[in-house]
Amino acid sequence: MLVKPISNLGRSGIEFLTALGRALLVLLHALIGRPQFKKHFPLFVEQLYVVGVQSVMIIIVSGLFIGMVLGLQGYNVLVQFKAEASLGPLVSLSILRELGPVVAALLFAGRAGSALTAEIGLMKATEQLSSMEMMAVDPLRRVISPRFWAGFVSLPLLTFMFSVIGIYGGKMVGVDWLGIDEGTFWTGTQASVDLYDDIAQGWIKSVIFAVVVCWVSLFNGYNCLPTAAGISKATTQTVVHSSLIVLGLDFVLTALMFN
Amino acid sequence: MTMLQDPLIRIENVTFFRGLRKIYDNVSLSIPRGKITAVMGPSGTGKTTLLRIIGGQLKPDSGSVFYEDRNVPKLGRGALYELRKRMSMLFQSGALFTGMNVFDNVAYPIREHTSLPEELIRTLVLMKLETVGLRGAAFLMPSELSGGMARRAALARAIALDPELIMYDEPLTGQDPITMAVLLKLIKELNTTLGLTSIIVSHDVSEVMSIADYVYLVSGGRVLAHGIPDQLKEERHPDVYQFIHGLPDGAVPFHYPAGNYLEEL
Repeated sequence: MLVKPISNLGRSGIEFLTALGRALLVLLHALIGRPQFKKHFPLFVEQLYVVGVQSVMIIIVSGLFIGMVLGLQGYNVLVQFKAEASLGPLVSLSILRELGPVVAALLFAGRAGSALTAEIGLMKATEQLSSMEMMAVDPLRRVISPRFWAGFVSLPLLTFMFSVIGIYGGKMVGVDWLGIDEGTFWTGTQASVDLYDDIAQGWIKSVIFAVVVCWVSLFNGYNCLPTAAGISKATTQTVVHSSLIVLGLDFVLTALMFN
Repeated sequence: MTMLQDPLIRIENVTFFRGLRKIYDNVSLSIPRGKITAVMGPSGTGKTTLLRIIGGQLKPDSGSVFYEDRNVPKLGRGALYELRKRMSMLFQSGALFTGMNVFDNVAYPIREHTSLPEELIRTLVLMKLETVGLRGAAFLMPSELSGGMARRAALARAIALDPELIMYDEPLTGQDPITMAVLLKLIKELNTTLGLTSIIVSHDVSEVMSIADYVYLVSGGRVLAHGIPDQLKEERHPDVYQFIHGLPDGAVPFHYPAGNYLEEL
């Protein structure tokens, strides 16, 4: 009676490894090879608009509110210890180190990642990818690769925007509303934020998250069952898997970087 | 048979499994050059799979598929893509790129594979669209086309690079009689005027038999019968007879296997 759970475990293990191997091959096929700038660059720019520019609004609004909430909650705690002058470092370090890369990646997975999966899944279901193959155009190079690079470039930039706006949101609440001295806020921030330890490491995180989210989204679309249910499942999987991987990886990266 | 002496494609002893299900069991057939060959059979017998095997999108579990002297399943990625420039496939849905208008869809393979100036591409595309009667629809989006028009637009795209071989996957399914007649006329005319080799996968027996030069009837993973259309019409083998004449009951029973009716009631 123990055999069944063990064999199920084995089967899931094999399925997971097979999927991982396939995903790796898809990524390698898409990315390795001589780029044809004349053909591929316009595709990349188009995707930069779809994946990056169209995500700016959600990033800015979320960044602003998260910064404001952080400012408000931080103030309420700090003021009890007469330490409200530390609000600047609190807000900026939390955002630059953790919230910026993580929340931006989660939003990006929800906004752009799910759209990428659905788009590619639908292209597969309507045989557009197959017809490209039969026209001797490699869909991995033509469809997957520009979307991957566009996401890879966009997410770190979006994270940067998120962080800047978030810190500004914290300042709006702390300084403009609750009356902390502006000089204190910015001096504290400047003194505690380090270019390498905080900004660069946050940026490294966002680059890694960009790879993960794009990879998961594109592979789920490329690998989905070409039916309505298949696309719906793949889109959900994209959001769930990328969110979980981002959160898990964030812990690992934080442990590695800040210890 | 003289037409089989110089085949463009030879499928030799191909066996293909989908999961545990055997789709093809040691099948051999050849596609004559410059002719229209129909591959017919009941739904779900893997006719589309056969086209994908010829196009190298699926690899058979055993056997060879020769395109002239090249064994398609054994080709490397580069060689396969090079070979695909000489063939073309019309998908059942048309598979037009939904983000581009008809003109750009037809121009797509030309832009991908040549570096012709835009002016020349325009001329080529308009010529192809004129052939299928859709020059006036060049700037419509695929969502604005009827099913028949979408297939004609896809046909224009399929002949954009003047291939040697076109594979039609169920080109007539779900079309009204006028569109069917238009598509049949186009397939026949293109075959003659461009000197193409055509493979039509279909189960619209009478329509396809009317233009096909040679017919293969596949069912249950085997080639049941083959020959020129008139030969097949005379064939008395019960499976073939039932399919060709579209009889509801016969070798393929009307009833799905079940227990005794009276007992179950």
